[in-house]
Amino acid sequence: MNKPRRIPRAVTAVVFVGMLIWTVVLSWSNPPSNVNTAEREESSLEKYGFYLQPVNEEAGIHFRHQSPTVDPKLKPIERQIASMGAAVSIVDYDNDGWNDIYFTNSRPGSQNALYHNLHNGKFEDVAAKVGLADLNKPGTGVCMGAVWGDYDNDGYEDLLVYKWGRPELYHNDGGKKFVNVTEGSGLPKWVNANSAIWLDFDGDGLLDILICGYYNENIDLNNLKTTKMMPESFRYANNGGRKYLLKNMGNGKFEDVTVEYGINSTKWTLAAVSADLNGDGYPDLILANDYNVDELYINDKGKRFVEKGRQAGIGYIPKSGMSVALADIDDSGLLGFYTTNITENGILIQGDNFWKPTVSDNHDLKYANLAHLAGIDNAGWAYGSQFGDLNNDGYPDLYVANGFISAKKGKSYWYDYAKVTGGNAAIIGDAKNWPDMEGKSQSGYQQDKIWLNNSTGLFEDVSDKVCPYATFDGRAVAMADLWNRGVLDVIVANQDNIPLVYKNIQRTGNHWIDFDLHGTASNASAIGAKVEVDWDGKKQAQVVTAGMGFAAQNQHRLHFGLGKSSKVGRVIIHWPSGRTEEINNPQIDELHKVIESKINS
Amino acid sequence: METITENQAAAIVPQKRKNYFSLLPPAFITIIVLVGQFTYGVLDNYLYLVAAIVTSLVADMFFSRFIYGTKKNLASAYITGNSVGILIRSNVLWPYIITALLSIMSKYVFNYKGKHLWNPSNFGVSWMLFFATSHVAGLSIQWGSNLAAMVIIWALGLYIVSRAKKLHVTLTYVFSFIVLAYLRSLITGDTFLSEVSPLTGPMYQLFIFFMITDPGVAVSTKKGEIIVAVLIALAEFGLRLGGFIYAPFFALCIVGPAARFIDLRNISLRTAKSPELALPGTI
Repeated sequence: MNKPRRIPRAVTAVVFVGMLIWTVVLSWSNPPSNVNTAEREESSLEKYGFYLQPVNEEAGIHFRHQSPTVDPKLKPIERQIASMGAAVSIVDYDNDGWNDIYFTNSRPGSQNALYHNLHNGKFEDVAAKVGLADLNKPGTGVCMGAVWGDYDNDGYEDLLVYKWGRPELYHNDGGKKFVNVTEGSGLPKWVNANSAIWLDFDGDGLLDILICGYYNENIDLNNLKTTKMMPESFRYANNGGRKYLLKNMGNGKFEDVTVEYGINSTKWTLAAVSADLNGDGYPDLILANDYNVDELYINDKGKRFVEKGRQAGIGYIPKSGMSVALADIDDSGLLGFYTTNITENGILIQGDNFWKPTVSDNHDLKYANLAHLAGIDNAGWAYGSQFGDLNNDGYPDLYVANGFISAKKGKSYWYDYAKVTGGNAAIIGDAKNWPDMEGKSQSGYQQDKIWLNNSTGLFEDVSDKVCPYATFDGRAVAMADLWNRGVLDVIVANQDNIPLVYKNIQRTGNHWIDFDLHGTASNASAIGAKVEVDWDGKKQAQVVTAGMGFAAQNQHRLHFGLGKSSKVGRVIIHWPSGRTEEINNPQIDELHKVIESKINS
Repeated sequence: METITENQAAAIVPQKRKNYFSLLPPAFITIIVLVGQFTYGVLDNYLYLVAAIVTSLVADMFFSRFIYGTKKNLASAYITGNSVGILIRSNVLWPYIITALLSIMSKYVFNYKGKHLWNPSNFGVSWMLFFATSHVAGLSIQWGSNLAAMVIIWALGLYIVSRAKKLHVTLTYVFSFIVLAYLRSLITGDTFLSEVSPLTGPMYQLFIFFMITDPGVAVSTKKGEIIVAVLIALAEFGLRLGGFIYAPFFALCIVGPAARFIDLRNISLRTAKSPELALPGTI
């Protein structure tokens, strides 16, 4: 064998050592900034024009979430199992023109809260008064979330509560009280659901329901018959809960048409959203699945759904889908969607996805993942996410709730978790093989992510700059204009903790325009309506949804920031009925209440 | 990983009689990747795997010529590239290139008596998993946690290590792991199945068939190889109790080169006394 040449070998060694050092330096992370709150606020207002100020106390919001309990057999991993249930949904339940807030609680016997907006910056919990507090009665399961929709088109938003237990439907009686109408409604007896949405999948003007199971529906987590109830794989699990597509029959009854409509998934779904993605006039479905790939169900003219995740490019890489949020991040008029996953440095890098349509028509739908290019692919252990224009500059920004289990500091469950989740189905699928958590944290004490859209879909991480430092275990995120100021405030439901109600302090001087849609031929809540706003050479699309993100629902009205533009050119509204309306040069800095015209325009 | 196979293939090539067994390890790892991809989508991105393989091949060609002035059989580099492409996870491209580069360069830098000390991809992957944690994680994907897939890979893997005359290494390590898993379960209070669970995952399938059996960094006697396999399992046992997720890689990274160094030194000392025992150097 030849002898090595000294100089080339020395040069190689120097380059090699340089590369080793470089890789280490690249991984040094900056600690959170030590700036005090007042300085942070001033700096944020000066640089970004807005600041998110927590106002729980001032607003009178004293809710605190409590986690569910589980069967004693699951005690060693109770924090793993009982890690969800903190949910938030926004509604104007009494049609007074001001957004109210509904939080779910999850411990048996604990109370949900409906915060009625008092129009003076304060809220009052009226849940008990209107009949929406005591929803965690023993034996009925525990609340995981709630979504609002006017299923009987009487002009008032009704409430669907989904649980690890029996889903419940509450009819809104004129904004005064809620009546439990579950009995005889056709809702399933038991679903371990972590997501549900309202949608009108067949365009009949009546809101239907999709409830997505997470754990198998035969399991009662408080009364286990077997410990073999965990996912059969970390990335290819199909032993989760079934889905329930419930058609509104128009008489207060719902019919299970899941099988007939081709939704046969038993993946571990954590989030769902509905919108007409291919422009054929019928709402499609996106399911964010834990332990497997996400799914895209294309609506075939209201007759059936066809799963086309792979064909569309989103169904190849299994991750840990936890949330799905729609957005037109580059004002192109095309809706993409963001799904959150898990990233824990050095352990698991899944990355979040932003799926932007590259082809979108009635026959074909293709997506490309632009999350890395946009700079929004690495949130942490990410749960809920929502887009909204926080600084009214005309581009949707992104808020992601982070953090899984914050328990003992310096003690991580990740090693134990990796040990069992990397193994064979027979091992991972049995809870008794999961190591005792012993109070350890797992991806705990993480700060939520706030990404500012710097136009054309490029985002800047401002998490540590535009709000006080906080590390709760974030779950649901909702955005709403809580004080009718023309800005989006942010509400975050945190697991086993207080929520964060952020008032958006603005100093941008940017303009905005809001639309509150009400259907006539379409469902009264106008769920599924798409609004396109043209201004200043841009076109932004948004959709009215009833359930988006993770265990969350945004305000009903759609909010568009306009930047410095002083006028809007054209607004097109695509109603779920198929009708299209156009509004030219609407007044800016106003909320426009739009009632669907009886005549197609 | 760069493995059994890489160095074995390289060692076999100079022989006059064509030995198709040299193609088996690269073929085996290719089949694992392709089947894994087409059935379970194990690769996040084809580009990342291709980048790792191409980087390995080009780097090995370049450094072999640059430092030794010779051409090199590239079977080993091909396996290194595959191992890197499978075993690390990142949502950016550069870690795949850098890890492949570090792996190949380690062969030329960490060299003693004309032999490299570290299994190349073991070094590269271990370094990145320990130091570049902001951008790199390890393989978490499973072959569907599926028993049938596991049995097929184990059967093929055992056949190949058997043909490579390294079955004793794999079996010693597996036996040691199982015994120590039982011991760990007594210490941690976790079930035996949870302690033995990693052995059923894909990371270990690559580890026991492609990494610890690497003849290029093996010690010179069968007895020595068995002792080293036990020592690796023991080091891993300690690292696991310390909560290191990538304990097997780190254990091999620590024990392998130390054993190799001692073995080469002993050979050198023996050779000094009896020159006829000298072995031709390879890299």
